[in-house]
Amino acid sequence: MWIGFSLLMPDCFSLSFLKDLHWCGVCMSVAPPHPHTNTDSFQEELVVRPLHSGDIYASFQFRTVWEADFSRGNKVSHYQLFPKSLGQVISKFSVRELHISFTQGYWRTMQWGQPFLPSPPGAELWVWFQDSVTDVDGTWKELTNVLSGIFCASLNFIDSTNTVQPSAAFKPLGVGNVTDHRFLRYATLPREIVCTENLTPWKKLLPCGSKAGLAVLLKSEKLFHSSFHSQAVHIRPICQDQRCKSTSLELRQTLNAVFDLHTSGQAKREWSLFKMFSRTLTEACPLASSSKIYIDITDNSQGEQFELSPASSLLSQAVVLGDRRTFSVYDLTDQATFGSTRSLNLLIRDMLRPLLHAERYVAGYGLQTGEIHTVMYNHHPYRSFPVLLLDSVPWYLRLYIHTLTVTSKGKENKPSYIHYQPSKDRLRPHLLEMLVQLPPNSATEVTVEFERALLKWTEYTPDPNHGFYVGSSVISSLVPSTVATNTSITQEQPLFSSFFPCKEELSYFVRVYTEPLLVNLPTPDFSMPYNVICLTCTVVAVGYGSLYNLLTRSFQIEEPSPGLAKRIANVIRRMRGVPPL
Amino acid sequence: HRNLNGAGQFFSSGHTNNWAVLVCTSRFWFNYRHVANTLSVYRSVKRLGIPDSHIVLMLADDMACNHRNPKPATVFSHKNMELNVYGDDVEVDYRGYEVTVENFLRVLTGRLPPSTPRSKRLLSDDRSNILIYLTGHGGNGFLKFQDSEEISNVELADAFEQMWQKRRYNELLFIIDTCQGASMYERFYSPNLMALASSQVGEDSLSHQPDLAIGVHLMDRYTFYLLEFLEDIHPASKTNMNDLFKVCPKSQCVSTPGHRTDLFLRDPGSVLITDFFGSVRKIEITMETINLTDPIKQMEEK
Repeated sequence: MWIGFSLLMPDCFSLSFLKDLHWCGVCMSVAPPHPHTNTDSFQEELVVRPLHSGDIYASFQFRTVWEADFSRGNKVSHYQLFPKSLGQVISKFSVRELHISFTQGYWRTMQWGQPFLPSPPGAELWVWFQDSVTDVDGTWKELTNVLSGIFCASLNFIDSTNTVQPSAAFKPLGVGNVTDHRFLRYATLPREIVCTENLTPWKKLLPCGSKAGLAVLLKSEKLFHSSFHSQAVHIRPICQDQRCKSTSLELRQTLNAVFDLHTSGQAKREWSLFKMFSRTLTEACPLASSSKIYIDITDNSQGEQFELSPASSLLSQAVVLGDRRTFSVYDLTDQATFGSTRSLNLLIRDMLRPLLHAERYVAGYGLQTGEIHTVMYNHHPYRSFPVLLLDSVPWYLRLYIHTLTVTSKGKENKPSYIHYQPSKDRLRPHLLEMLVQLPPNSATEVTVEFERALLKWTEYTPDPNHGFYVGSSVISSLVPSTVATNTSITQEQPLFSSFFPCKEELSYFVRVYTEPLLVNLPTPDFSMPYNVICLTCTVVAVGYGSLYNLLTRSFQIEEPSPGLAKRIANVIRRMRGVPPL
Repeated sequence: HRNLNGAGQFFSSGHTNNWAVLVCTSRFWFNYRHVANTLSVYRSVKRLGIPDSHIVLMLADDMACNHRNPKPATVFSHKNMELNVYGDDVEVDYRGYEVTVENFLRVLTGRLPPSTPRSKRLLSDDRSNILIYLTGHGGNGFLKFQDSEEISNVELADAFEQMWQKRRYNELLFIIDTCQGASMYERFYSPNLMALASSQVGEDSLSHQPDLAIGVHLMDRYTFYLLEFLEDIHPASKTNMNDLFKVCPKSQCVSTPGHRTDLFLRDPGSVLITDFFGSVRKIEITMETINLTDPIKQMEEK
């Protein structure tokens, strides 16, 4: 689309760079405005944050806001910056909110802090449907099939055996007052692999593709050679302005990556965009209204820890994850920022210790029973806060809920809200949601015993000795913060701090995912059918054959054959005509 | 009136679109070479013009982002890591556990559930030339899928007959690179099928060379020489099938490649490689004028 524009109006294209006006604004003043155009805007942003361990965290966000309203069944046929494939999915399946993420690797909270946008390993999909949908399960199944085609992923394996309807843990992140959790579906595929074939269609959804702007840096060879990599698509309705009379549709495409200091062969802690992505930036996306890079320089306020080159005079402060941090801002829409490659030489000292952190593991021995332990840590010195724990366990691990115990500091800790939905074999998984109050400076352990089920032999995967995955637990909480958070819904906030809506000033929303579990089920020996057939046939042949011979064999007397001398004598006698011996 | 002398040359093959179904049936890291085989054919086919929407690519396991791969997001075909056949722009339609005998046969016959997305369907018609490439571990009369199930040559022949009856192809080229591959095309009985295999019954197809950094064999011999042959083909080349039959003689392949053309109506010497591997658009130039009728008047509302 934008290439077409540049052919039609070449003056427009060059003007926008010379006069530093943004693309859409200049063109609209030249072309006659279409009376029914839905206006949309696009922003892109990259945040680079050096981590305590020497690794570096890069977070891309691409946000398209489209003033279209699908809620009353309006038909939209004109797509500009918003990708058509997603727009058609939203209107066809009456989707209110859609959140899908593909992650490779596990986010190490204690070493890296909290991510801007958390995601569990594998694929995660949760969708709020409009309340006009009558058959939510059928629509959910069709939606997963269509998304599997769009993102080249095996999302068609999402079915009733791994879908749950959480009642409290996944509230809508957009505007709207629908709270009936019958319209919510949540599923994870912890085994899902993420590779270039998932990145390719994701990049094609961007207005500029991977040809201009920040998406130029997204090359798979460097991106997948990282400790953690996560790409996501979030669609939700947002208010158009403070009064919120009408809603717009917001699409955020996010990509988080953590580059490892050691595997990238660095001797000293020196990072540059070229070393991370093997590319440099040459221009902003012409369709973007804002294109910025934020480098976290909070630990370098006097310039003594590291050096940033080329230096930028633009500074910005933002409160994110309960911490006030300072950023050095590079505006890519400003021609003056472009030059040669940037080099970042960094030394990191301190980092705010994350207040909430969780781990999960399987205990026990043998292939019959086991225990799942989930440990949640509250590192705040004097404040306690509640967390909502969501666990979705597949049906073949039969949980014994009567053995569920929650202990903090050695004493029993009774959850104030429990929602448990038992599993049905081959139909639906276990769903356990609990609201637990974590005492200050403590570790709370949730344990539940389970028994492993024996599957039917066709239900095993082709590689059953690898094990079966149990999806990550989700822990959501409003964590108290020492720094006041900005609660207004203005548009000037940087994207990375405005993702989770914040209603209170003194707390911020955090979602922590635990590791997925890998559990071995009792696996039969699949060569047994062949062995059984051979053994049975042998036994039948030997047994039946012997019996048959015994019953039907009859004996006849036979003359023994004469010796050689006698045979020669018989021949001579026959020649003489004399009867033989 | 139309001058048909030049136009007759365009339609000598009778196909208007090209499809490709490329399947790798092996799982596990030591079967890296089967994925590399399939991706190199994918690469050639894309380079010669068939778009992703007309390619159904099925890979039973992920090698590029496998944790054992020392160079993530790459799949190499040659030991000096010259050619990354995975590339930056790849769309895998069926991956991992989705590659099963059932899904493969459903793709061929078109009997898929209604919610299957377009990228996972073989939407061919009676004017489509289809290239089908299979690789993996096989034996006399069967091909193993993911080490847990198998497809027999009878099933495959019946699937092709279903395709013929439903007019889902114009001509079909079947290439198989497995041990005893020739047994898989023995049972074909539908018209317009041409088949190539990397080895005869009783012979094993061998792999080409290992790479010490990656630690596994990178490609099979037959597909390695097939890739070399295809790298010389460009969309306008006039090379025909007889050259394809000569790829990888016994001296290079150690096994004897075989082919079968008795069911094919045209002479293989007149069939271009690009009829199956490329996507050459046929344009018909006409000098006729067509009169558009007057627009239909809107009916008056009562």
